[in-house]
Amino acid sequence: MYEAIVFLPLLGCLIAGLFGRVIGARAAELVTTILLFAAMVLSWIAFARVGLGQVNARVLVATFMHSGELKVDWALRVDTLTAVMLVVVTTISALVHLYSIGYMADDVHRPRFFAYLSLFTFAMLALVTADNLVQLFFGWEGVGLASYLLIGFWYHKPQANAAAIKAFIVNRVGDFGFALGIFAIFKMTGAVDFETIFAQAPALGGKTIHFLRWDIDALTLICVLLFIGAMGKSAQFLLHTWLPDAMEGPTPVSALIHAATMVTAGVFMVARLSPLFELAPNAQAFVTLVGATTAFFAATVALVQNDIKRIVAYSTCSQLGYMFVAMGVGAYSVGMYHLFTHAFFKALLFLGSGSVIHAMHHEQDIRHMGGLKDRIRVTYYVMVIGTLALTGFPLTAGYFSKDAIIEAAFAGKNAFAGYAFVLTLIAAGMTAFYSWRLIFKTFHGEPHDREHHAAAHESPLVMLVALVVLAAGSIFAGYPFKELFAGHAVGEFFRDSIRQSATILDDMHHLPIWIGLLPTAMMAAGFLLAWQFYLRRPDLPVALARQHDALYRFLLNKWYFDELYDFLLVRPAKRLGRLLWKGGDGWLIDGFGPDGVSARVIDVTRNVVRLQTGYLYHYAFAMLIGVAALITWFMFTGGPH
Amino acid sequence: MDQAFDLPGLYPVLPEIALVGGAMALLMLAAFGGARAAGASNWLAIVVLGLAAVLVVATGTGKYEAFAGSFVLDDFARFMKIVTLVGSAAAILLAQESVGDQARGQYEYSVLILLSTAGMMVMISAADLIALYLGLELMSLALYVIAASERDSLRSSEAGLKYFVLGALSSGMLLYGSSLVYGFSGTVGFAGIARALAGGDSGIGLTIGLVFIFAGLCFKVSAVPFHMWTPDVYEGAPTYVTAFFAAAPKVAAMAVFMRTATNAFAPIVVQWQQIIVFVAIASMALGAFAAIGQTNIKRLMAYSSIGHMGFALVGLSAATPEGLQGVAIYMAIYMAMTLGAFACILAMRRADGAVEQIADLAGLARRSPTVAFFLAMLLFSLAGIPPLAGFFAKFYVFLAAIKAGLYALAVIGVITSVIGAYYYLLIIKVMYFDEPAPAFEPMRGELRMVLGVSGLFVLLFFIYPRPVVEAAALAAKSLF
Repeated sequence: MYEAIVFLPLLGCLIAGLFGRVIGARAAELVTTILLFAAMVLSWIAFARVGLGQVNARVLVATFMHSGELKVDWALRVDTLTAVMLVVVTTISALVHLYSIGYMADDVHRPRFFAYLSLFTFAMLALVTADNLVQLFFGWEGVGLASYLLIGFWYHKPQANAAAIKAFIVNRVGDFGFALGIFAIFKMTGAVDFETIFAQAPALGGKTIHFLRWDIDALTLICVLLFIGAMGKSAQFLLHTWLPDAMEGPTPVSALIHAATMVTAGVFMVARLSPLFELAPNAQAFVTLVGATTAFFAATVALVQNDIKRIVAYSTCSQLGYMFVAMGVGAYSVGMYHLFTHAFFKALLFLGSGSVIHAMHHEQDIRHMGGLKDRIRVTYYVMVIGTLALTGFPLTAGYFSKDAIIEAAFAGKNAFAGYAFVLTLIAAGMTAFYSWRLIFKTFHGEPHDREHHAAAHESPLVMLVALVVLAAGSIFAGYPFKELFAGHAVGEFFRDSIRQSATILDDMHHLPIWIGLLPTAMMAAGFLLAWQFYLRRPDLPVALARQHDALYRFLLNKWYFDELYDFLLVRPAKRLGRLLWKGGDGWLIDGFGPDGVSARVIDVTRNVVRLQTGYLYHYAFAMLIGVAALITWFMFTGGPH
Repeated sequence: MDQAFDLPGLYPVLPEIALVGGAMALLMLAAFGGARAAGASNWLAIVVLGLAAVLVVATGTGKYEAFAGSFVLDDFARFMKIVTLVGSAAAILLAQESVGDQARGQYEYSVLILLSTAGMMVMISAADLIALYLGLELMSLALYVIAASERDSLRSSEAGLKYFVLGALSSGMLLYGSSLVYGFSGTVGFAGIARALAGGDSGIGLTIGLVFIFAGLCFKVSAVPFHMWTPDVYEGAPTYVTAFFAAAPKVAAMAVFMRTATNAFAPIVVQWQQIIVFVAIASMALGAFAAIGQTNIKRLMAYSSIGHMGFALVGLSAATPEGLQGVAIYMAIYMAMTLGAFACILAMRRADGAVEQIADLAGLARRSPTVAFFLAMLLFSLAGIPPLAGFFAKFYVFLAAIKAGLYALAVIGVITSVIGAYYYLLIIKVMYFDEPAPAFEPMRGELRMVLGVSGLFVLLFFIYPRPVVEAAALAAKSLF
């Protein structure tokens, strides 16, 4: 069964990818979607069996490689942590497949699209079922590849290609750290499989890794390096720049990869390696710091963006920061809880945005929308549900998980826990503001463009079905799972799949009551402010932006990170590349290598051919010269002895 | 000397006698038998060549001498003679279209080929300087005439004349060298010369004689710097004549070169090795570089043959049995490749006459894929690409050079063969990737046969190379 979950999407990918032209686009869509739904059903069964039935499983598929000390198996490790991810990945992926049938209906390359989607799903499932770091890395790179292919799916768009390359390169930075982390683990423990690593981890305390002239605490270094990998994949502060640009891909891709699943791979990885992180408090503090900063930073940028997908993208970035805060303070189950609920409402928001974009004929700027709520009623309602969940409206899914994170930050013990608490709390307010701003500007108020507004149409049924299912998930994915993820059942639900800090949940449950109310208050404040700004007094934000022009620009330009990286990294790299290309390759290697050699050959040829004059006496002369030269040679070398 | 049983004195010369007798008979038949007999003379000439080959094979193995030791029939001579006879026969086949069917019936062609082949056979068996010169001159005189055989063509006449004048010069050098060698050693027999050289201080005079003899021989194998006639004669002569020039005479000349070097001048191997190394390097380099500049495929084949002679001389310069075995294999494979390539060149004929530019081959792969495939294989083989025969030809000579310690020579050889690969590959590119030029007329049966046989030989050599390799080993051994 577990094999089927992982390999059914691969089968779909191969069928759609290799035979897409033969069987046609419709068949490719149906095959991949049906296989995904099958995988989804199996995943829920697995969730029930593993998570609720408390039976772990390990399925050996094959020996991956075996070289000297290095032994890598291809095994499916299915414990509760994996089961949660299986459910999230297959459910969202199946719904996105379904949605895409409607969304991509006009595209001629649908078989390719569905093949990529299924390829992504396979890689993601390989990642979450990994039994060792190498297998994890395989899935890690596999999802990166699928992400690259899907961001650049519309390859005729230059921005899409640029965004795809950017995503790939920024992820290289993170992956480099991740790879170094794996090497370091292998160096210290001589193994890459989780069982051995976790068993040996406690013995690593106090050991150091010698690098150049420093001795660095091994566990801290390993965890920080691994977390750098997670930062790249999960678009955390400093390595976040690729995620907003990745919105160039088709919207279902954004929903699946850049909201619900791939970007949470980093969170999953930290949870999976919690036995290591628990032993490295400095690394945990670092995780908390980065997570909180991201949550705050991304929220501020989202305040002023105008592209509907970019707002949601920054929101994703911010919510991922929340998850890392939970990880950092040792509340891994809480982080997973938010991952679980976030997958539903964020996928919903993306797909809803997709529905809006679909309705508006690929218009993405919310300033050009407005008043759409009567034209696309279903989309409007599900978007509101998604927004309620995201902002943490009481009793929606997001309410439980996000509040739990903020409480965990307050209860957390590490150096940055207080910092994280303040920033996540502020970010909660900003989340409410920018989310409602999106809703108000898109669906309320006066239409910006009458013609466009009149032409707007509701999306087809397949898309709406996916939206409604996700909307239901956004409401109901919270409460029923509260006990499992953040309540008293955590211990028997997750068992040994994560190693949670012993006291954090207890501490969370004994907080003053006002801590629990604060996030809700922030949410309400954000909502009211947005209502004031965009419904009652639409002139206010304009005036405010004019008044604080510098701040506005700072936020609008995303804290100038792209410009900074362009100046610090991209341009020097380009200059170096140009130097190596023109000078190193063109002048030196080509000039003295192939080009130079061939030019000399042509020169020699020209001269030799010129010798062939056609005159008899020249020929005779050449013969005599030859004889004379040979005789002279022997006269000087002395002849025979 | 193997004298296991007594033979009549002329027995080893029977193949040559058959060739000369056949030539006379054909001449009579054509002169008195009218046009029909003239048309048949080509086929009869092939029969005569076949008979000669049978006679060569019939002598079995072992070494026989005739004419008081100036003519020797050993394994080496047998191998080379068979190769030469096959080359001559194929050349007659290739000429069938041009001289066999025409109303004017140029029967002289086949007669001249028989006579020239007789000269080659004598050369191959020559064991003294007189026999060497006789054979060489018999071959050459016939070749001069054949080169100019298209009397109405200015280019053909010019080619014949150039060849004759320069050939006379080279013969003069050869004779001058012979007289010097005779003067210093007191004998013309190879064994005697070797004894004299081994006996003691031979002085610079013998070395000068050696240089002159080698110059004459280099002219015949068209090695640099005695090659200048080759491109002009190859281009000017009728194509079927060029095909003949490029094959059998080269084999015979290389054979006599090998025998002279190893039998007569063995004691001064250090000296002649220097000459051969120089000539080999110059030939390989010139063959590679100059061919790149050619647009005429016959001229290109001329430079190609210069280069290939350079490669063969690499084997000779090793001066070891392996080296000479390599040369023997090289010559056999070279002949097959050359004849096949010329079969294709002869097929380059449109309704308004023959064409010989490389550009005319454009798009051949689309017009006649089979021919293009075989030609491509032959060209790959000429370039020395494995697993085709041409690769093994180069492999054996380079291996011998390495074993003899001539590393620089082998490296230069490999480099020049890389450069040379360019122009062979260029032709393949033109055939396969350029826009098609107007179609050629259908290829004639004889040409197809020659192309097919040589193409298959080149393609399949690597599957079962033993017969050729072992025969060549035997041949090389008999020289030492």
